[in-house]
Amino acid sequence: MNFLKGVGVSPGVAIGRVFLKEDITIEIKKETIQNADNEIKRFKDAIEKSKQQLQELYEYALEKVGKHEAQVFAAHTMILEDQELFEKVEDKIRTESKNVEWALKEASDEYISIFEAMDNEYLKERALDIRDVTLRMLRNLLGIEDNSLVLLKEPVIIVAKDLTPSDTAQMDKDKVLGFITEEGGKTSHSAIIARSLEIPAVAGLDSITLQVKHGDTIAFDGTEGKVYINPDEKTIELFKEKKERFEQRIQLFAKLKNSEAITKDNVRLEVACNIGKPADVDRVIEKNADGIGLFRSEFLYMNRNDFPSEEEQFNAYKTVAQRMKEKPVVIRTFDIGGDKELSYLDFPKEMNPFLGCRAIRFCLGRIDLFKTQLRAILRASVFGNIKIMFPMISVFDELVHAKQILEEVKESLRNEGIAFNENMEVGMMIETPSAALLADIFAKHVDFFSIGTNDLIQYTLAVDRLNPHVSHLYSPYNPSVLRSIKNIIDAAHRENIWVGMCGEAASDPKLVPVLIGMGLDEFSMNPASVLEVKWMIRQHSREEMKAIAEQVLQLATSDEIEKFLDSNEKIHLF
Amino acid sequence: MKQVEVVLTNEEGLHARPASIFSKVAFKFKSDIKVYKNGNKDKVYNPKSILSVLSMGAAKGDKLLITAEGEDEDLAVQELKKLVEDKFGE
Repeated sequence: MNFLKGVGVSPGVAIGRVFLKEDITIEIKKETIQNADNEIKRFKDAIEKSKQQLQELYEYALEKVGKHEAQVFAAHTMILEDQELFEKVEDKIRTESKNVEWALKEASDEYISIFEAMDNEYLKERALDIRDVTLRMLRNLLGIEDNSLVLLKEPVIIVAKDLTPSDTAQMDKDKVLGFITEEGGKTSHSAIIARSLEIPAVAGLDSITLQVKHGDTIAFDGTEGKVYINPDEKTIELFKEKKERFEQRIQLFAKLKNSEAITKDNVRLEVACNIGKPADVDRVIEKNADGIGLFRSEFLYMNRNDFPSEEEQFNAYKTVAQRMKEKPVVIRTFDIGGDKELSYLDFPKEMNPFLGCRAIRFCLGRIDLFKTQLRAILRASVFGNIKIMFPMISVFDELVHAKQILEEVKESLRNEGIAFNENMEVGMMIETPSAALLADIFAKHVDFFSIGTNDLIQYTLAVDRLNPHVSHLYSPYNPSVLRSIKNIIDAAHRENIWVGMCGEAASDPKLVPVLIGMGLDEFSMNPASVLEVKWMIRQHSREEMKAIAEQVLQLATSDEIEKFLDSNEKIHLF
Repeated sequence: MKQVEVVLTNEEGLHARPASIFSKVAFKFKSDIKVYKNGNKDKVYNPKSILSVLSMGAAKGDKLLITAEGEDEDLAVQELKKLVEDKFGE
């Protein structure tokens, strides 16, 4: 059966009737008014009414969704109370005799165009808020019903061009089976709300509002982004099963929150998270992960005009360390260069940025910036269980050099009498084939390894996975990659150091059992996968998987390995 | 009329939280307060309005001229200047 493909933004399966949320285009007429006082009174009344609605929405969202999401409505109230906006509208009414609807529309459009033109992402988004507040005001002025979504009588799948924060915050989980929008992506506001309410959702599905009508049936999958319009019996049955399986999974995984990641033969492993910014710690704590296996420090220097100061970095690392208490937090030093360019640093144009001056190579060329970061990490190390790791090491000298600079920074902190953890673990990422081959030598000089599979695969197979002509060659199941991983783990264990993995392979359901068998100690991933991987670990025994891993390593192709893993009865896939 | 000049040194500039604090503090004063960015006298911003403050798009390193006129003008410029210098209590 034919299906449409959008972006899956919130996992889950939904089957149900369509509720087509048409954009209410509010018609505003420009009128010349006689009584300005009367018009201003209408304006004030509409503000009062809107404030009341926002207060209700705030309380509703606070209870159902969370404090962070509810804040949107507090911000909307501030816009309503804004002095300058009020004066602008008042002025248009009094001196230009415009009706309040027209005056408000004009004033708000002025702000919207200012904010939309800004470079800063945060400020750009404020245009959406102003638009949302203006619509609310206009509805109240014209007596248009607040929002159709609260009036839903039976459970539906909402289909819309886009959903505003006001729309999503009002969604009742019992009435909304899921939603599909034309606009937006994984990080848009409505997607975030959908995930926290656990409502399946698909975004970025062009022209869907033109392809369905009220009352049509839709079956969709919010993980894959597949949408079936008026599916046949067979497809409906298939989706019903899928939905049931998904719900069982959720229930099963939820029970594991407080269980340890321990194999059937009692080996305790660690399931940790990858994070990009301090706020991500919320989800790490929510899933009760064992630590942070990769803290990308990128966020600190992107979207800004200068390099982050030592103090700013220190505060970010300290916050994360404190919130994680005694659990480990592995901070990866700056991975700049490659595809990540910065406006305020002059990167020379390179023919092959992925083979060029990136990560540790860049830092060793800009020791001033590198030292600032090392100082910030060391100073934060007394506030929790911080470990440091260097990315993209490809030759031994780089590790020696990086460690030597770290020693220099420690020495100067000692001289200044500034406290830091003298025993902070120092590790390195293994993501180049050269480091993988020399793992036995590197293992003598670090406290741990973390295998970065995304880069390791791309460099081992010499494949750019974003290049459509060769991306089919990119595979974590390729035996060369798996042999390399085995080699790294064995070399580490011979020197009694631990090995983690922070690439996507660490949460690949088929690979987790193999990695358990190879002896991997720590699995680090997106918080969304934590409970599933914990479940995987608890279904398998290390001894049994050891034999499986040995068999896998004898196979010649990615396909053979994937097929073997799919059909092996000892491997439990949900 | 009183006026002061001050440079934004906090990392966020006048975005999000700092903007709302700036606006709240300005609101306490009866004086008529105005802000100009980087010596541009053509564009006047109203610190008592959060939209106006945000629309400045002021970032770290930008220079603000704050003027106040009214019964509490002295206190107004002093407090706003201090707020910026203290990086909004960051």
